[in-house]
Amino acid sequence: MSLKSRKRTPIAGALLIVFMLVGLIPAVIGCTEPESEGEFPLRDPLVRFKIATTTSLYDTGLWYHLEPIFEELANVEMDIVYAGTGIALEYGRRGDVDAIIVHDKAREDVFIADGYGLNRRNFGYNFFLIAGPPDDPAGIAGLSAAESMTKLYNEGIMGNVKFVSRGDDSGTHAKEKLIWKEAGFDYEDVQNSGEWYVEAGKGMGPTLLMANEMQAYVMADISTFLAYNLKRDLSIEPLVDKDSIFLNVYAAIAINPETHPKAKIDIANQFINWLISDEVQEIIGTYGTAEYGRSLFFPIASCDMPGCPPVEDYTTPVPAYMK
Amino acid sequence: MTEIWNGLVKAVELIISFDPEVMQIAGRSLLIAVSSAVIGSAICIPLASIIHFNKFRGKRFLVSLIQTFYSVPTVAVGLFVFVFISSAGPLGGLGILFTPPAIVVGQVILITPILLGLTISALNSVDRTILDTARSLGAGGWQMAVLVVKEARFAVMAAVIMGFGRAISEVGISLMVGGNIRGFTRVITTAISLETSKGDIELAMALGIILIIIALVVNIVMNRIQQR
Repeated sequence: MSLKSRKRTPIAGALLIVFMLVGLIPAVIGCTEPESEGEFPLRDPLVRFKIATTTSLYDTGLWYHLEPIFEELANVEMDIVYAGTGIALEYGRRGDVDAIIVHDKAREDVFIADGYGLNRRNFGYNFFLIAGPPDDPAGIAGLSAAESMTKLYNEGIMGNVKFVSRGDDSGTHAKEKLIWKEAGFDYEDVQNSGEWYVEAGKGMGPTLLMANEMQAYVMADISTFLAYNLKRDLSIEPLVDKDSIFLNVYAAIAINPETHPKAKIDIANQFINWLISDEVQEIIGTYGTAEYGRSLFFPIASCDMPGCPPVEDYTTPVPAYMK
Repeated sequence: MTEIWNGLVKAVELIISFDPEVMQIAGRSLLIAVSSAVIGSAICIPLASIIHFNKFRGKRFLVSLIQTFYSVPTVAVGLFVFVFISSAGPLGGLGILFTPPAIVVGQVILITPILLGLTISALNSVDRTILDTARSLGAGGWQMAVLVVKEARFAVMAAVIMGFGRAISEVGISLMVGGNIRGFTRVITTAISLETSKGDIELAMALGIILIIIALVVNIVMNRIQQR
């Protein structure tokens, strides 16, 4: 390349940039309004209300059912990001959403105590279960949750059975760790006890599918199990499901506007009060009946066993936010 | 076997019936990937020209570095962009997390190395004799540059198609910074991932087939344009 051409090429480059920028305009306009078509019209005025919800409520289709009702009521466009409890809490801590739906009381308490969230209300519950091959090689059917885990561990280290864990810091994973603790195990020892303990690192559905393929034991929430069983005809079946530790309570928490000033606290409060309203409680109590022959979740007021939240916890509406 | 067959049948059904949600998701995928490819090209083609037409120290190293980033994992780009545009991040004030423009930003970063690297290769491969002839006929610097870009246009177009292909097929960025929000940021790849986790394997397969059909149509159109 000659010296002469080198000197002048920046001009050519600049011309090309200008030319390309013109071509870019329709793309920029285009990508700001791709949602204006189809069956999800944007609300006017456009207010986007973002929540992060645990996967089990999403995968069962409950949010598809509830979303349009709240959008109509509050005149907002609801953006639902689904994530395990661990990530949902992280989105909340970072202020990327306005409210979160999670199911892990211990971490919820820390989240609120740290000033990230407020106005927690429990609005529904169901149960976890341990499923496994129908012939139950470890013989856990009818045992308690902690006894089952002990037995699975003993059979597992001998190479007789496998257990698939979510391994993703979700609410379900947290509950599993709690049961290991109750059974007297140190969780790290379980993790390192051999190939029998499989950490999937996936959502509930794929973890169930993995356990199904491997004919392994797995812990799941009953709603995802039923929903997946209907679609995929799983060959593993529930073996242990009667234990108060299996209680799985869902909570809604608003993001604290003092920590994240952009958080839409008023809509979040309206949303939480709506979740504990009679209207939504009735939907929660009947959702899934047609497809599964039983409801997937229970209204929170019917919770009356140890571990259930106190009544005033969900009957008291959230107060309006004042600075 | 029945699962694969059912997936095919379902794909045909969804396409023939113009299922509104699937069409919307497919349209959004296409729009986002095309935006990324166009914006990426607008940045990278001039930049690649500048790199190609100038001699400077470390040029070879720079090109090697660009080529190394061809294989950057999409989730790594997704995480990088997430950390920047999250509310708590340095660009949090823009408020674009969980919106389509966030996906475009991520995809542009993802395909920049490919567009740059392949455009530089394309410019390099222009026949020397053409340049020598042009110079002997008295062509100046910018005339030479335009000539080289013109000569290399097919190979540059191939780079753009490649970038588009990587953008429309990625899932890591769309999931992390788009959030897979129904009716807003859900694209084909994230819908496949969601439907799989919900157990709707046939629907997921059908969406995969639709993605391939879109890519096929785009490639046919681009080839037609090239042959003109």
